Amino acid sequence: MSQQNSAIRCSSITKTFGSVVANDSIELEVSYGEILALLGENGSGKTTLMNMISGIYHPDEGQIYVGGEPVSITSPMDAQNLGIGMIHQHFKLVEVFSAMENIVLGTPGRLKSRRAMKQEVLDLCKNYGLEIDPEKRVYEMSVSEKQTVEILKVLYRGAKILILDEPTAVLTPQETDKLFNILRQMKQQGCAIIIITHKLGEVLDISDRVTILRKGKSVGSVETAQVDAAKLTELMVGHKVSLAIERPEPVDAHTILKVVDLTVAKPDGSKGLEDVNFRIRSGQILGVAGVAGSGQKELCEAIAGLIPAQKGAVLYKKENILGKTPDEIIDLGISMSFVPEDRLGMGLVAGMGMTDNMLLKSYRSGKGPLVDRAPARDLAKRLMKELSIVTPGIETPVRLMSGGNVQKVLLGREIESNPNLLITAYPVRGLDINSSYLIYDLLNKQKQKGVAVVFIGEDLDVLLELCDRILVLCHGRVTGIVDAKTTTKEEIGLMMTGEMSAEEKEKEAAEA
Amino acid sequence: MDMFIKFLVAAIGAGTPLLFGTVGEILNEKVGHLNLGVEGMMAIGACAGFMGGYFSDSFLVALLAAFFAGMLAALIYAVLTVTFMADQNVAGLTMTIFGVGISNFIGVLMITRSETGTLKLPENVTAQMRGVHIPLLSDLSVVGELLFQYTPFVYLGIAVAAVCGFYLYKTKTGLNVQAIGENPGAADAASIPVTRWKYFNILLGGGICGIGGAYCGMIINGGVWISNSVNGLGWIAVALVIFAAWKPHMAILGSFVFGALRVLKFYKVGFMAGWPDAFFDVLPFLITALVLIVTSMRGSKGVHIPASLGVNYFREER
Amino acid sequence: MNETKKASREPLFHVVKHAERSAKQMILFRLAAVLFSILAGGVFILLIGYNPIAVYGTILEGAFRSKMAFQATLKFTIPLCICALGVTLAFKMKFWNIGGEGQLIMGAVFATFFALKFPHWNHWVLIACMMVAGIIGGGLWGLIAALFKIRWGTNETLLTLMLNYIALHLVSYLQAGPWRDPAANGFSKIARFDKNAALDKVLGIHFGWIIMLVLVAVIWVYLRRSKQGYEISVVGESQDTARYAGINVKKVILRTMFLSGAIAGLAGVCQAAGSDMTLSMGVAGGVGFTAIIVAWLCHLNPGMILVVSFLFGILQKGSSVVQSTYGLSADSAAVLQGVILFFILGSEFFVRYAFVGRRKAKKEGAN
Repeated sequence: MSQQNSAIRCSSITKTFGSVVANDSIELEVSYGEILALLGENGSGKTTLMNMISGIYHPDEGQIYVGGEPVSITSPMDAQNLGIGMIHQHFKLVEVFSAMENIVLGTPGRLKSRRAMKQEVLDLCKNYGLEIDPEKRVYEMSVSEKQTVEILKVLYRGAKILILDEPTAVLTPQETDKLFNILRQMKQQGCAIIIITHKLGEVLDISDRVTILRKGKSVGSVETAQVDAAKLTELMVGHKVSLAIERPEPVDAHTILKVVDLTVAKPDGSKGLEDVNFRIRSGQILGVAGVAGSGQKELCEAIAGLIPAQKGAVLYKKENILGKTPDEIIDLGISMSFVPEDRLGMGLVAGMGMTDNMLLKSYRSGKGPLVDRAPARDLAKRLMKELSIVTPGIETPVRLMSGGNVQKVLLGREIESNPNLLITAYPVRGLDINSSYLIYDLLNKQKQKGVAVVFIGEDLDVLLELCDRILVLCHGRVTGIVDAKTTTKEEIGLMMTGEMSAEEKEKEAAEA
Repeated sequence: MDMFIKFLVAAIGAGTPLLFGTVGEILNEKVGHLNLGVEGMMAIGACAGFMGGYFSDSFLVALLAAFFAGMLAALIYAVLTVTFMADQNVAGLTMTIFGVGISNFIGVLMITRSETGTLKLPENVTAQMRGVHIPLLSDLSVVGELLFQYTPFVYLGIAVAAVCGFYLYKTKTGLNVQAIGENPGAADAASIPVTRWKYFNILLGGGICGIGGAYCGMIINGGVWISNSVNGLGWIAVALVIFAAWKPHMAILGSFVFGALRVLKFYKVGFMAGWPDAFFDVLPFLITALVLIVTSMRGSKGVHIPASLGVNYFREER
Repeated sequence: MNETKKASREPLFHVVKHAERSAKQMILFRLAAVLFSILAGGVFILLIGYNPIAVYGTILEGAFRSKMAFQATLKFTIPLCICALGVTLAFKMKFWNIGGEGQLIMGAVFATFFALKFPHWNHWVLIACMMVAGIIGGGLWGLIAALFKIRWGTNETLLTLMLNYIALHLVSYLQAGPWRDPAANGFSKIARFDKNAALDKVLGIHFGWIIMLVLVAVIWVYLRRSKQGYEISVVGESQDTARYAGINVKKVILRTMFLSGAIAGLAGVCQAAGSDMTLSMGVAGGVGFTAIIVAWLCHLNPGMILVVSFLFGILQKGSSVVQSTYGLSADSAAVLQGVILFFILGSEFFVRYAFVGRRKAKKEGAN
């Protein structure tokens, strides 16, 4: 790489949060006209590094160079002036503003008339082949529309250096392809692009070079053409990993729950689930695949009895458990455990220690108005030992623990109640590879004990290897239930976008 | 008819301190800061305005003193809540306790040090703060009375509200500022200097509240210093922000409506004769409570509360 | 790259999150804040021409100089402490009940009804009725905001604020109308309570202080040890988690706000039937607002609330002595409270965050 062509160079960047070292002497370089993938496990410091380049955080040590010049980026304003634009994983948009208001926000110059603003945005769209209604308010937009607004924001500012933080996490395969085409077009026009992701396939597809971070350190950069997925994983984790997940044979699989015509509304009134039919069998893992927001959350919460259904039933031995309280359901002879997607915001109380979190479901037991904390304390100590949970103490607020340990606390508590049905929503999200495999093991153990496990997942490779059957959701409808051993990733991908194979349609018709 | 005109004139007078307080609070809330210290900032403005006029013999100095004193009080609030990220409710309440306290304290101190045992504004100042007189226009019957005879505070208040409305809704800065109140993270990412504009709005709002306080200190008691001249008006202003749906031009209307409610008890029409005064006193609060409830019933389709209201912003929050 | 400008200079300092500090450090920070505020107050006293040490001395002496002075100090402490305990319940649930003032007033209003209408009942029956009435009055007033909150999500900060004034003007209506004292020569005021309706004295002070001490202990146990207290904490932390755990969030909010208002209502009974012996517009006198500050200041710890309320009582009583001695307005108490709080609010920041100064620019060649 020639000196002049260098867009960004980071030299021994270090950043700490409290006592956590998020970035430790990181090195990174990207040139104009190049797409660099920044690869690393969750918690390896990718987002922290990018936030420093875009002026959200400030490095404790080290130097950033833009175009070969040492610079100090202390605010997003500085980043903008240097031609750097960032598209955050969690969109940074003002919900009540229209698309065009969000696009012009914070740019210099006077406020233009609505018509002029609109024309400007439409022109910009045309140049890059993007589509958006400039007058549409953000709160009415779909995820991919929001992302389009984010991209337009950056383009409007004339950014030459683009940073995208996990842009594909919320997109369908088709939308991802479209995004990648736009990125390639921008690369042609001489932009430097950094894309953060942990999906290996995408790295190999879009990038020219890959820089890998591990535990806050940069472990090297490689030309994409010279590596494969296995090599990348090894670099990312630090040692050779067998990516195979065990799949023990199901034991004594019989239907314990039958979901019939389940229809659930989202809080905004739109359909969350529509006429969903399937069976949950003991001793099996049922995977649920689908683009984020296809009804997974509603499915879990409706079965767990946390939200009401508009229509349909969940049958346990011909008895509808919908609308029953957890206690009544246990009396029927089925105990359910649910590990929600939002661990600290729903499954656990972030500000409480392990002890008080153990109490969450059991505090009512025992007579009298007072809580007995002794059993909870014992349980906390035991879980800490059995699952080797790392925490300063059982009274330390769980929000201070790492993602993997938080998940162990939650899953540990749920398994402890000896459920017959265990529903887990994205149980490995945000976890490093080792913790993920530990979770798979725990789930397999439950399966072998005859527990019916529902596994909501996002990584199709994992779903295919771990689960026995996979149910695919698309816009709240079931677009297929397939045998994980015989199906392929491509088939599931098609179902996720709602394009069912003819065979599937027949099958569904036969079942109805 | 004559009575009705008198009522309208009185309503506009009574609404004026509310107008300043409301516009000041709107500026605060638009950047996401629910400032419960309006009462305190107004009390400080009342004291500073009165003392400014008392010692300088100039109405303009009184206004400036009130404005800067309000700003200084707002600076304390801004440092605590913006830079130090302190709880907004507590910081605001403290400002109210402190502001009312120090205003009364200084007032009493000055009274004990005066020779007569009372504090009265000099003639020169009272002359200037009394109704304006524009030749010809002010002399018109009805129209003159209704439009051209008020104290300068009234015209200043309307002008301030109009300028703030333009600033918030018709300029790029206004758009940026509203983005801060909605989602400071998004504003920050769009390279808007969040802290700078929070300070700007809070300080400007404080200054405007200070002028509203000066009206209370100087006009309500006819140029004589009496403790507690603001007497809850600041709280009505906080309420009025909701009534005005966070729009300065609506604040003009709302203030005068509330002003009318406050003076209604002096202008009871036949059928109201037997109604107790307390009923009229409670109306502004009752109506605000109802507006608040109706607003929440209509949900997000109706009036929109700035989404980040009451939540401090720390860029490096994770 | 000619279009890339050199960025502006690094700011003088920026804010970073600090690792959690020890309890000892936190206490030290607070003490330092109080010290600074006393110094700042002293400078102010000096500026207006008085000797700060003498004035501060007078405050302390004024609060303790005689048995009567001490009793007066406690009379300030009792409603403040009880009301702060009340709002503590709501705050633990992150329900911003700014309505302690109104709930206190409504408690006093309900109790006054019995004191005025049935003064000749058996003393203990009457006192019991007044207590229960106070609890119900304050509780219902607290419940209003909770009802609208759970039904429509109405902003509780602003609604409770409005309810304060509605309660206040209810008193003004009662004293000018139905409950007006005919013997008051045309003044709008409510008659003094019959002696029979007065709270009994124990050790020279009305027995509100016993209620206060009992409540401190009860609230401590309730929040730390009881099932309901646990529910309040969970709801306060995350309503989703509460829902997940099968807690009836709406029920908890209603119950807690009733209790919160009820306790504030009790404070109103103590003030009206213990200290004032009548109901007036000044029955709350800002106690409801100060209580919020006390509760927050003490991190919702009942024991600390007792201590801090007592300190505020000293300040209140002492400043009234300063008024009679130096002719300085008793508003000095509010001023000092304000200054102390400003400093403590500021010091909280340093508990959680730190400023990091601009570091020396590293001289590093570009290869």
